Amino acid sequence: MQSPELVRLVVAILATLVFALGSQGAAAAEALTLWHSYRGAEEQALNQVLEDFANSHPETPVIALAIPYEVMASKLTTTIPRGNGPDLFIFAHERIGGWAESGLVTALDPYLQAGELAEFLPQTIPPLRFKGSLYALPLAFKSTALFRNTQLVPEAPASTDELLSMAARLSAEGRFGLAYQSDSFYFHAPWFFGFGGALFRNDAPIEYGGRAFTRSLEFVAQLQQYKVIPSEPTGALISSLFNQGKAAMVVSGPWFLGEIEDQVEFAVSPLPRVSATGLPASPFLTDEAVFVSAFSERQSAAVQLARHLTGRQSAIVRGNIGRQIVAHAAAWEDPLLRDDAVLSAFRAQLATTVAMDNRPAMRDVWEPTQLALKKILRGKASASEAAAAGAARHRAITRPLPEPAAPQLYLLLATLAVLGSLGLLLRWGAEVVRRGETASALRSWSWAGPATLATAILVFLPFAVGLVLAFFAHRQGDWTFVGLANFIDILAARSYGPTQPMSFYFALGVTLLWTVLNVALHLGIGLALALILNRATLRLRPIYRVLLILPWAVPNYITALIWKGLFHKQFGAINGFLEWLGLDAVSWFSSFGTAFFANLCTNVWLGFPFMMVICMGALQSIPSDLYEAAEMDGAGWFDQLRHVTLPLLRPALIPAVLLGTVWTFNSFNIVYLVSGGEPDGATEILISEAYRWAFTRREQYGYAAAYAVLIFLILLGWSALSARIARHAEANS
Amino acid sequence: MSTLKTGRPPSLLNSIGSHCALVMASAAALYPVLWVVKMALSPGQSFDSSPSPIPTAISFEHFVAVTTHSDGAGTWLFGHQLFNSLLVALATTAVGMLLSCTAAYAFSRQRFPGREAGLTAFLLTQIFPGVVMMIPLYLLLDAAGLLDSLSGLVLVYSTTSVPFCTWMLKGYFDTIPRDLEEAAIMDGASSWTTFWRVILPLARPALAVTALFSFMTAWNEFILAATLMNDESMFTLPVALQRYVGEYQTDWGSFAAGALLVSVPVMALFYALQKHLVGGLTAGAVKG
Repeated sequence: MQSPELVRLVVAILATLVFALGSQGAAAAEALTLWHSYRGAEEQALNQVLEDFANSHPETPVIALAIPYEVMASKLTTTIPRGNGPDLFIFAHERIGGWAESGLVTALDPYLQAGELAEFLPQTIPPLRFKGSLYALPLAFKSTALFRNTQLVPEAPASTDELLSMAARLSAEGRFGLAYQSDSFYFHAPWFFGFGGALFRNDAPIEYGGRAFTRSLEFVAQLQQYKVIPSEPTGALISSLFNQGKAAMVVSGPWFLGEIEDQVEFAVSPLPRVSATGLPASPFLTDEAVFVSAFSERQSAAVQLARHLTGRQSAIVRGNIGRQIVAHAAAWEDPLLRDDAVLSAFRAQLATTVAMDNRPAMRDVWEPTQLALKKILRGKASASEAAAAGAARHRAITRPLPEPAAPQLYLLLATLAVLGSLGLLLRWGAEVVRRGETASALRSWSWAGPATLATAILVFLPFAVGLVLAFFAHRQGDWTFVGLANFIDILAARSYGPTQPMSFYFALGVTLLWTVLNVALHLGIGLALALILNRATLRLRPIYRVLLILPWAVPNYITALIWKGLFHKQFGAINGFLEWLGLDAVSWFSSFGTAFFANLCTNVWLGFPFMMVICMGALQSIPSDLYEAAEMDGAGWFDQLRHVTLPLLRPALIPAVLLGTVWTFNSFNIVYLVSGGEPDGATEILISEAYRWAFTRREQYGYAAAYAVLIFLILLGWSALSARIARHAEANS
Repeated sequence: MSTLKTGRPPSLLNSIGSHCALVMASAAALYPVLWVVKMALSPGQSFDSSPSPIPTAISFEHFVAVTTHSDGAGTWLFGHQLFNSLLVALATTAVGMLLSCTAAYAFSRQRFPGREAGLTAFLLTQIFPGVVMMIPLYLLLDAAGLLDSLSGLVLVYSTTSVPFCTWMLKGYFDTIPRDLEEAAIMDGASSWTTFWRVILPLARPALAVTALFSFMTAWNEFILAATLMNDESMFTLPVALQRYVGEYQTDWGSFAAGALLVSVPVMALFYALQKHLVGGLTAGAVKG
């Protein structure tokens, strides 16, 4: 591209941008905003219900915004306190406790008329109360129930013994009697409650050492042992098994209805009784409810909309079009819902459900129980060992809040540090002036300044905030100054010994191994391919180049999950290939080495194209006459590589390797998506631990920030080292 | 390979070896992507679990569903979101490249007080994990009135890509011999003219690499975009794509179709840029 052409392009882009930004109209200020994560049929039903509202309440326009489920909760907690959040939003009820304590949602009791709540099915109301106040109106409810392929299972089993014998009879070559996400406590809960389990008998959500939990684990071990359930089940795997008639029964919820294909004949019924206790297998009950923001300026209009959304007419539309299991009692008198066998089966299941507790402590249950379930499903631990591992994990993630510390000393030190750096800066400025370098400094900084300033503001300020957070503990919106307690807790490795997974030192070792192997393979493969592709005489070069860039181009969320699928024990292509070679199938996520290998393969696949492109660019800086000269001197291929290519590539490759190292060190999503830390958190790296503390372990941001600071310090050491190497290279060039 | 980079044709054996390596690498690169294609083309939600990446039935329903996605009022959201994404990614590339080229030139060619510190600072920005930076960043953009605007996104993305681009370009500028510039300066050219007429044209391979990198930084990001934007017609494509991932269930067919559509502009950009990465283009000009 010629330079004037480049200028024109830049100007054109900037002009378009300015135009696009200028044309943004401000949203109508008086409209109510409603956030939801619906899509497909549910979104269609919601839009229809909103249209009815627009017709009956023309004075109150509504703007609905569909937000990805994954970012919904964090977006709510970020925006609402700053007054940028919605007036209403639709979400599951289980976070009510946390939201109410941090003042995000408003109690609806003052707005309701006497007897208004009697319109709803009675079980759907208690989950919406927290400390005596009602925080939402119920739209629909969700629980699991038993789906069965009616050709394979004409009659639903009434007890778990019947279920087991049916499933065992139906399980044969490539077919499973029962399929469900056996490694998730949400799907395991029916067995847990059926064996007499209960929530919050003491401070912990469940009793890990209790009879009910161990017996339910033994039950799962039995299912696994008789091979009636598939290994490593994911939602997508279960749907495709059921659709192909390869799963006779499935435990799943209303969302599964949208996955079943037309040709499959199926029925839904409540879950069976647990034979050993005679108690019904009771799934979790989750309300999908509409909340009013505590920061909304138009709460009564918002309540009016909430009332419309949850009302009878809307419920019929949502049930009929959106296939929701609606919470409005009278809506069920409508033949459209009453006569629907599938919807009615879920309604029947409601009688034997256990409401998900809405206290924040409930969210501590998922990680320890998943650990225990995965342990038992791998078949190498007894039920009591698995339960004990769960209990240990629960203790670790619910670490007691550190003692508050006196901030005076820290403030003094921080002030001294700031003053000290200011002093150094001034001295440095004076030195520059004294040496008469002001003019050259100003000229150079006019070049480098804009980039530095922009990065400084947008990266260093949040960084400074992160640094400060590391000295605080965060629980439910409250920040307590705890001094160095977070760092001490991490470095003392209290919950898990230094050699055990989940301790800082173990994760550090894994992270180092992870980073070194990844960067070496990225660079090695990238450079090798770039060298081959650099040969002018090679045919089909453009085609190879475009194919090899594919792993970088396709969003890695989906490709990482496809890699996970390739490593699946029963259905993965890699085990398929091993079996074709006559080798044994490998259970990839059962041991550290193989799980680490799966992560590594995925990340190498994702990352080599970037290094390849960097190398391709860098190779262009080597004048070809150097090779000609080398060849004249009789240098072979290897000598050319060693004495010409590599030394000349170095200046361009150093930043790529340096930053590649940093990025790999800090990339949590591949570990999270592929191995998920399996087995028992052993493949977790430092950054993925930090993310868990920040997002899945009740938002312990302070602790996560302390992890981030430690990571920063480690990388700082590394970059100081490599900066010396870079300077060395610069001096040589 | 008898030679790394000369016009002489290599031996037949050599050629076969190179093609074998490339075919194997391409197959490995392609196989998981073919799975994405299979998921996108299989009708409904069910694709068979055999290792073969060839779909058993073909339907374009997911592509149709993704590309015709509209809101209740009939606004063609996919069109808006594609436009936003392209605008944000191209503007990020332009702004990011402008900032990093000038900075890299200064860091490479000039020795000035604060140079080392500046270079180190760029590196430091990359090493602090972003895990707790979301809320401060949000507050900052809120204070600047840049929430809900594409320029806010462009600003954030370009500052994310600037440190790498600056280092990368500085590394490449370092390899360009100074004689050419010195000759230009002797002829009376200003440092801006030298930079613009001499350095940038010679650095085309590195510019192509950094342009691709900046574009990708902006193109695939969805967490910030979803948090900073409050209007569905202001979302970028990756945000729209992430909506197919639900709490209990994911619409893999549509997600895969969307992922493929999102990859097309990247491939197109790479295809357009790759002529700057082809051997022999600049070599003659740089002879020192």
